[in-house]
Amino acid sequence: MKLTLRVWRQKNADAEGAMATYEVDGISPDMSFLEMLDVLNEQLILSGEDPVAFDHDCREGICGACSLVINGEAHGPERTTTCQLHMRSFKDGDTIDIEPWRAAAFPVVKDLVVDRSAFDRIIQAGGYITAPTGSAPEAHATPVPKADADYAFEHAECIGCGACVAACPNGAAMLFTSAKINHLNVLPQGAPERETRVLNMVAQMDEEGFGGCTLTGECATACPKGIPLTSITNMNKEWLRATRKAAKR
Amino acid sequence: MVRTIWGSTVGKKTVMAVSGLIMLLYLVVHMLGNLKIFFGAGEFNHYAHWLRTIGEPFMHYEWTLWLVRVVLVLAVVAHAVSAYQLSRRDIKARPQKYVHSKPRASYATRTMRWGGVILGLFILWHLLDLTTGTVHTDFQPGRPYQNVVATFSTWYGNVIYIVAMLALGLHIRHGLWSAAQTLGVGSRARDRALKAAANVLALLLTAGFIAVPVGVMTGVVS
Amino acid sequence: MTSYVDYTVGDPIADTKAPSGPIHERWDKRRFEAKLVNPANRRKRTVIVVGTGLAGGSAGATLAEQGYRVIQFCYQDSPRRAHSIAAQGGINAAKNYRNDGDSIQRLFYDTVKGGDFRARESNVHRLAQISVEIIDQCVAQGVPFAREYGGLLDTRSFGGVQVSRTFYARGQTGQQLLLGAYQALSRQIAAGNVEMHARTEMLDLIVVDGRARGIVARDLVTGKIDTYFADAVVLATGGYGNVFYLSTNAMNSNATAIWRAHRRGAYFANPCFTQIHPTCIPRTGDYQSKLTLMSESLRNDGRIWVPKAKGDNRPPNEIPEDERDYYLERIYPSFGNLVPRDIASRAAKNVCDEGRGVGPGGQGVYLDFADAIKRMGRKAVEAKYGNLFDMYQRITDEDPYEVPMRIYPAVHYTMGGLWVDYDLQTTIPGLFAIGEANFSDHGANRLGASALMQGLADGYFVLPPTLNDYLARNPKLDPVTDEHPVVQEVVAETEARLNKLLSVDGDRTPDSFHRELGELMWEYCGMARNDTGLRKALQRIPEIREEFWKRVKVPGTGEELNQSLEKANRIVDYLELAELMCLDALHRTESCGGHFREESQTPDGEAARKDDEFSYAAAWEFTGTGKAPVLHKEDLVFEYVHPTQRSYA
Repeated sequence: MKLTLRVWRQKNADAEGAMATYEVDGISPDMSFLEMLDVLNEQLILSGEDPVAFDHDCREGICGACSLVINGEAHGPERTTTCQLHMRSFKDGDTIDIEPWRAAAFPVVKDLVVDRSAFDRIIQAGGYITAPTGSAPEAHATPVPKADADYAFEHAECIGCGACVAACPNGAAMLFTSAKINHLNVLPQGAPERETRVLNMVAQMDEEGFGGCTLTGECATACPKGIPLTSITNMNKEWLRATRKAAKR
Repeated sequence: MVRTIWGSTVGKKTVMAVSGLIMLLYLVVHMLGNLKIFFGAGEFNHYAHWLRTIGEPFMHYEWTLWLVRVVLVLAVVAHAVSAYQLSRRDIKARPQKYVHSKPRASYATRTMRWGGVILGLFILWHLLDLTTGTVHTDFQPGRPYQNVVATFSTWYGNVIYIVAMLALGLHIRHGLWSAAQTLGVGSRARDRALKAAANVLALLLTAGFIAVPVGVMTGVVS
Repeated sequence: MTSYVDYTVGDPIADTKAPSGPIHERWDKRRFEAKLVNPANRRKRTVIVVGTGLAGGSAGATLAEQGYRVIQFCYQDSPRRAHSIAAQGGINAAKNYRNDGDSIQRLFYDTVKGGDFRARESNVHRLAQISVEIIDQCVAQGVPFAREYGGLLDTRSFGGVQVSRTFYARGQTGQQLLLGAYQALSRQIAAGNVEMHARTEMLDLIVVDGRARGIVARDLVTGKIDTYFADAVVLATGGYGNVFYLSTNAMNSNATAIWRAHRRGAYFANPCFTQIHPTCIPRTGDYQSKLTLMSESLRNDGRIWVPKAKGDNRPPNEIPEDERDYYLERIYPSFGNLVPRDIASRAAKNVCDEGRGVGPGGQGVYLDFADAIKRMGRKAVEAKYGNLFDMYQRITDEDPYEVPMRIYPAVHYTMGGLWVDYDLQTTIPGLFAIGEANFSDHGANRLGASALMQGLADGYFVLPPTLNDYLARNPKLDPVTDEHPVVQEVVAETEARLNKLLSVDGDRTPDSFHRELGELMWEYCGMARNDTGLRKALQRIPEIREEFWKRVKVPGTGEELNQSLEKANRIVDYLELAELMCLDALHRTESCGGHFREESQTPDGEAARKDDEFSYAAAWEFTGTGKAPVLHKEDLVFEYVHPTQRSYA
């Protein structure tokens, strides 16, 4: 396959960026999208140009590092991570636009690499259960109904890639935040911190400069792990409940 | 608690949801009242007069109506201010657009924002036209039937009203479902029912409101 | 100058610090004998933790919780992305919830035997003891393990073990455990107890007066080289499987931290012990960047075969039954397709070497579900393996319900690593290594679902008390500053290395060297090794190294995000580590676990151990790049589990 790539190039956080056009040839449909970029980079290095910087690591769809907007869609046309997207999803001769995640809370570091540390700070605000090592009761002391355990798992699957933010026209981090809140708040172990968790995480999310939710559903459509939009609904419910309870105290 | 709510994006959305629902409730009543126009000037004008006397003798003349007006104004202001602040925030949160843009992504957001602005302007015109009569060409206080017929006898009156009502339908269609999500009553099991309810209500309201100008245009109401 | 292969044998390792006495009392004894640091004084003691995987994340969180000041590092943009996240299968624990005869003793026995009797008994027993607490800890943290309808935890049997002791969270157990540790760490970061440096890579170790006192690290965004000082340094940087270029490791997993520590004096043990996983998706071309693992459970119902004839490139469905060779069923009639990982891997290599491999490049064998579908029905196969089939189809674009899957072995895990004593301390005082970065618990072969167990055992439960003891016994370490001559020297060396990489300006990309080294290692130090091949590799590696320093091309500067520079710098270390791996493989003329020497096999092709000669862990001491290292042997004593020869025929 022969392809024309239009790639966002930006020297560093402070520099101006622009799209640059490259041609790549000899691309196999079996290549992953990132392997195709590897080919481009090898080509660029040999011609003395700066290769395109992009985040990637496990290349099996679980670490959440890869983060490209391809032809305007977070992670490209298939519902998967960029590393699991294959070139057979494109046609010979295609022009492909590759851009970084766009959000005020995810500033560009270089080229296609963005800073997602805002997500870490949201987790730090309450996305945990306080359980110091050694203090744990016997695992079977508290049974968890299977439905609750499955519900928790479904939300715990979030890989923190940020596709939800990238896809959201408001650059909102609702789906990311709600996934963690739903995971922990449904479990009996998470109950003691149920209210503070949702209040603090939502407050941190706002603090980071993410937008608000207009329920366009773009986040859930882009999510490679299929976190449902109702995750946000339930977070809202948890938030209102916590606000009421806090007011009573 | 007020500070928590007003200081949070989720809280402001709650304000929008609640104020939206108040307005929606009002609109349902308003629309049903409007339909009385099809039963003639006497009944319609009598109904309009009655609105001012609700609650008598406990309430003084027009007190109830003013109470409703105050609540509505508060709802409109809260809704609009929240929407404005949230929109500002949303736009700031996405300062740079994608070069390869995808129109689908922002469809709902855009219809809500522009729809909201259209409705805001419409309400102003509507009040100046049929409540105060300021922009009405032939306003007769106490005779709303005649005023309505006069408004809808002009082409621009019809255009403004029908466009606004279509915007209203779209606004409610996303807004009602959205409010349910914001208030946390949506769920996967209820999602289809909620969407259907929002669609039906949006359709009924739009149809009910548009029936009046259509009635005037077709001569059913004259 | 003596040749690299002429290594010398130094003093054996006399003391592993493992306490004496009955094995089940040793860990208690060690903890009781350990000195404690007064809680009020802990805030004054700093610990550096490098890596945020299961081991590093759990260690950082626990040490911070105890009151130490922790400075932690990861090269990823977030501590949540460490490669532990990719572990699929599960985590073993001797809970015996099934009442199926499991016990700490049995997990201990299985692990020592599975490791082909090349692990330290005391460590393995401690691991089995702690396994039970890990599950409690993780459940308390909210890890959503699979549960049964009664609300209790579900378990499954894994990797041919006869008891059901593997706890799991669908196919994402590693992810869920890692997120648990990450969240615990996040809590400590928020509390100000952990100073977290993401996108920062350790490039060297600072050893002052014989003690590990800090690290040199590069901020990957600004390129700035910084020094960090502490009372102790913990390496939790994972394995070195990426020496092979293609492996199931993450692209950026690397050996720099442990290799630099080795260069500074930490012994490197059993570097040749690598685990090759038999069921990975084969490579499709030269551009391939990594290999993807498919759960081993597929072998429960799939039948493995290749065409009988060489070079038969008909589509699989057109090859008639009598022209297929179900080679595992033929060679190992009683175990068939369920032979252990290493045997299945080697058999696949053999048939491919004969020219009977299938798919692009002939590097693959069929894993056929046609019979399973006929027997169980498509529905049942779908229920059991649906997600794996989907994953396979997404990557290969072939429908495994219609055409047989193609699989091939791939490097998966490295049992070798920095030598550590019972306290997980390396031979440099104050330098600890935990998780896959150390060599300790798996011997020559790791059992399925044991990596997660070991990482968390080390980080949550073993390291905290032993590190405590070290700090308590060294209450007053002299402060180290940037002005210290040793520090200046280490920084200068690091800067010189990076500058040199940037200044070569040759005509080959860093990746091209990595690929070349990987192919060489796979060929000669992969699934099967022999004297001739290893010597060939040992001759070739220094040549590649030399060529690398002459011809590598690294664009850009050191003062920016420069992924080529990061890569090149990691390759520098692979090019040295590879040599030690080959030497270790060459010197160990027995076969054991993941290390198969063709010269040492039983008549039926099974690995033949030589217990009289090789019942030791080989700990290597660095003497200089390309210079013959010194071998220190830690004799392995088996008081509880007596070595036996495996047989699967």
